[in-house]
Amino acid sequence: VSTARPVVEGVFAAEPPTLLGARCSGCGEHHFPRLEQCPYCGHEAVVPVALSSTGTLWGWTTVLTPPPGYLGTVPYGFGVVELPEGIRVITRLSVPDESWTFGQPMQLRIVELGSTADGEPVSTWEFTTLESAP
Amino acid sequence: VTAVEIAGIGIHPFGRFDGMTVTDMGVHAVRAALVDAEIGATDRPGFQAAFCGTAYSGVAAGHKVLGALARTGIPIVDVEAGCASGGAALGLAAAAIRAGQYDAVLVFGMEKMPKGIIRSSFFEPWREESGLAATPAYFALRAQRLMRERGITKQDLARVVVKNRAHGALNPDAMYQSETTVEAVLGSRMVCDPLHLFMLCSPNEGAAAVVLRRAGSGRAGAVHLNAAVLCSHLPGSVLGEATPLAGIDDTAITPPTTLAADAAYAEAGIGPSDVDVAECQDTDAARELLGWEELGLCAPGDQAGVLASGAASLGGARPMNPSGGLLSKGEPLGASALGQVVELTRQLRGTAGRRQVEGARVALAHTVGRGANASVTILSR
Repeated sequence: VSTARPVVEGVFAAEPPTLLGARCSGCGEHHFPRLEQCPYCGHEAVVPVALSSTGTLWGWTTVLTPPPGYLGTVPYGFGVVELPEGIRVITRLSVPDESWTFGQPMQLRIVELGSTADGEPVSTWEFTTLESAP
Repeated sequence: VTAVEIAGIGIHPFGRFDGMTVTDMGVHAVRAALVDAEIGATDRPGFQAAFCGTAYSGVAAGHKVLGALARTGIPIVDVEAGCASGGAALGLAAAAIRAGQYDAVLVFGMEKMPKGIIRSSFFEPWREESGLAATPAYFALRAQRLMRERGITKQDLARVVVKNRAHGALNPDAMYQSETTVEAVLGSRMVCDPLHLFMLCSPNEGAAAVVLRRAGSGRAGAVHLNAAVLCSHLPGSVLGEATPLAGIDDTAITPPTTLAADAAYAEAGIGPSDVDVAECQDTDAARELLGWEELGLCAPGDQAGVLASGAASLGGARPMNPSGGLLSKGEPLGASALGQVVELTRQLRGTAGRRQVEGARVALAHTVGRGANASVTILSR
């Protein structure tokens, strides 16, 4: 498990790997990352939820060129994983290969992302295929 | 309600112009539009308000252009709505004339984009740092889902590029004025699977300008502005941030393009079947095919057939992107929607030269930008 600083506070936890979402007590929709108000209906009573760490693959691609501001290395995977709560999460992925298919099981994990300009290591989350998860 | 017409159009070509500032390009386009509208040197400023669409030009960008032309002393407002900035500016100008506030309004858009993947303050820093701010990757996900849900192949995506580049080869204002082939498109560098380099538009530089006037000028062949609508997305309908549902409509939430199109059709009193020619956002090849169905110009799933039939090409039943689209012209964000209006005004005036769509009477322009913001404009003669 990485000891690096999380790239952002309050969005994910490392032990165990968890995405910190929320559920609206008005309309019941989940969202991630957590907001003060439900982004679907505007209700102000949102309940913090630790989202499922497994889901299914909804879409994926491979990023080959470092986008602006990116701290990590290329190639890396990028896509959307659908969680049992009914939410689709935009996420970094392990590097996809030809075998990947729509709906395949995916597992959350914490990975070292890279280093900031002053050399401090930072971590983030990604999803990988269930069989290749640690 | 007061009707609105296009009094004048002007454009600075889209491309890369080292040594020119964004203000220089804005001045070029505005000057041309003023000449076209027959607003002379002694008629200052010649309009009662100006709206400038731009996202990357900084503080008081529109004011700098009109300052250089000595046409100030009126409200000058910069308008930002991502790729739909120009459409948003047009909508504000048209609404003001309709309401009787002004007789003539200048609308212009311009941009000088950095090269490469667009950096956008839309994303929080941690998303950039994590690799979650790669715009072409979002386009790729939308393309992948569209292919899956509408039976579209990578060859079909390449055919969109071939079509638009064939049109762009006839457009002296385009960045790429050469034809290409399916093989060349699929052989170009992979950016984000399934999108190859040629399937993505190039962020670039350029400007476009339009003078709107209260109708009734009596000028022969005047082009009417029947609708100019901007609409943002309904909660949950966009692939982004905390509500990543879908970039395409598999969620029963109407996408912003359809919201804007429905409002524009209603305002113009026409339906999709009345449209003779359209300019449709093609920031990537799949985006154009999604736009066809969102605008009601093609039944979902019919895209591949329409492409193969040639109906969307010049000479076909309803040419799409006769200018060559952004895939040929490149995309200076704030100028792109007004570039479409310049093209369609030429088409309706019958002055589009080798790109002329014979007998075109009704034309539609579409952009969709960050947020998401969609603009739909309907013109007629």
